[in-house]
Amino acid sequence: MTASLVPLLYLVSAVLFIVGLKGLTKVRSARRGNAVAALAMLVAIVATLLDLGTFDLRWILIGLTAGALIGLVAAMKVEMTAMPEMVALFNGCGGGASALVAAAIFWVDIIEPGLPGTLFESLGAAGSITGFLSIWIGAVTLSGSVVAFLKLSGRLKGRPGWLRPRNVVNGLFALAAVGAGTWVAFLADGATELETATVVLAAVSLIGGWLLVHPIGGADMPVVISLLNSLSGVAAAATGFVLGNNVLIIAGSLVGASGLILTQIMCRAMNRTLLNVLFADFGDGAAGGGSSEYENVRSFSPEEAALVLEAAERVSIVPGYGLAVAQAQHATRALADLLQARGCEVTYAIHPVAGRMPGHMNVLLAEADVPYEQLIEMDQANPEFKRTDVVLVLGANDVVNPAAETDRGSPIFGMPILHVADAGTVIVVKRSLSPGYAGIKNELFEHDNTMMIFKDAKEALQELIAELKELTAAA
Amino acid sequence: MMGALLVGLYVLVLAVFVGFEIITKIPPTLHTPLMSGANAISGITLVGALYAARSGEARVSSILGALALALAAINVVGGFLVTDRMLGMFRSRGKKTS
Repeated sequence: MTASLVPLLYLVSAVLFIVGLKGLTKVRSARRGNAVAALAMLVAIVATLLDLGTFDLRWILIGLTAGALIGLVAAMKVEMTAMPEMVALFNGCGGGASALVAAAIFWVDIIEPGLPGTLFESLGAAGSITGFLSIWIGAVTLSGSVVAFLKLSGRLKGRPGWLRPRNVVNGLFALAAVGAGTWVAFLADGATELETATVVLAAVSLIGGWLLVHPIGGADMPVVISLLNSLSGVAAAATGFVLGNNVLIIAGSLVGASGLILTQIMCRAMNRTLLNVLFADFGDGAAGGGSSEYENVRSFSPEEAALVLEAAERVSIVPGYGLAVAQAQHATRALADLLQARGCEVTYAIHPVAGRMPGHMNVLLAEADVPYEQLIEMDQANPEFKRTDVVLVLGANDVVNPAAETDRGSPIFGMPILHVADAGTVIVVKRSLSPGYAGIKNELFEHDNTMMIFKDAKEALQELIAELKELTAAA
Repeated sequence: MMGALLVGLYVLVLAVFVGFEIITKIPPTLHTPLMSGANAISGITLVGALYAARSGEARVSSILGALALALAAINVVGGFLVTDRMLGMFRSRGKKTS
């Protein structure tokens, strides 16, 4: 009875995963889709417990309770501005878990019983090769995600591009991992040698993952996070092969595919290939991109900017990573409310790679209760800038840099940008002129219709709001 | 053994196709929730961890299994909850979607 019940429950779970994921692609059904996916997980867990029959609860309870509690607290406490690092960390947990499961299977099936011969002889082609892949990909996902987490939360500094030549270093680590994997799967003879080989494979993979992500600059983080997301799914699918468990293969492949699509969308939004993000020594061309000295930059006070905003009928807000750093999403909403109360039309123009993960700005503005209809995608926003009186650039830089279209030597040449310079006036709020990522100069800051406000985004917005209120009261 | 591998490959290839088909058009608004929801789904490896941690003895495999279980549970519980929290904030003009 249970013999066929368990596979059937797994089938139900797989179908629910597909339905849930599909739901997540539409705004109206997204929340329900997420709940359906969670239900699918529950079904899979119940089916597995049924399948285990008699089991000792000790380790299961310890692991489950500890993990569930940590996950619960983390999910409830995390600030929306810290969402990229949170997602990165969860990703790493999934990848690490997959690697650990594959390793645990090695220990259960071969090392602890002290089986002679190679892994290939005891687990067959499927188990041995996918076991190696699971540990490799899982460990790379784990250490890569931890680095991404540390970088995103500002705990780990490091100039992008310090590791050179990157393609050689990454290539060597990939070769070393394949070598160690061959040792694990085909060469290691007997339990003791397999133990050593597995530890070596895990170590090589962890270091390789670290070195893969560490030299990648902040602006490329949306690509990296999507890719790590995809890899955590691939690792789960590989573990599914080791266990011969189809629900793991299905769920893992779904995640792998969706992560890959997101990665592609992010790469296209930057006009770069995935290989270029991962392996090219980015930033080499920065010096060739003309002078990085600024001339004719005009700094204004919030008071002067408020006068311009007061006269505006159409305002477009372009948010960037600086908005998240300054936690200025609520102040942004307050300013938009004030402008709208004055009869001004306010929209938000969102570049696909603004921020540090796909959709980062959308989540931030949603937290501040901005209706999502006011968030306009790049393709729709660009033709509208000509009819826009004022564009307010809040902590964004590369995504509005005209060099992406005019300067062939620029490292960001070819990246689609928001054409904010078409608007009547561009107000740029930025902490300083520091070129930041890869030292790209932004000529927008020198345009005649650009007003620079050198302040933290939140501070500047609060002063703008105060000035606007004063102007309204005076009128 | 090749039989199991082949069946697995069939399942893999078909599931990848399903994945590509259902996620063709995603509004940018949903990029983050989709990613974090998918991320929670990758915690399915929890099922594998259950197999690894089923023995009550203090062996290396059980400890690896328990560790895997803890990491996977963080991924699953944290992932689904944080996605729900995010989606609860998305609202349409005028009315709450939640």
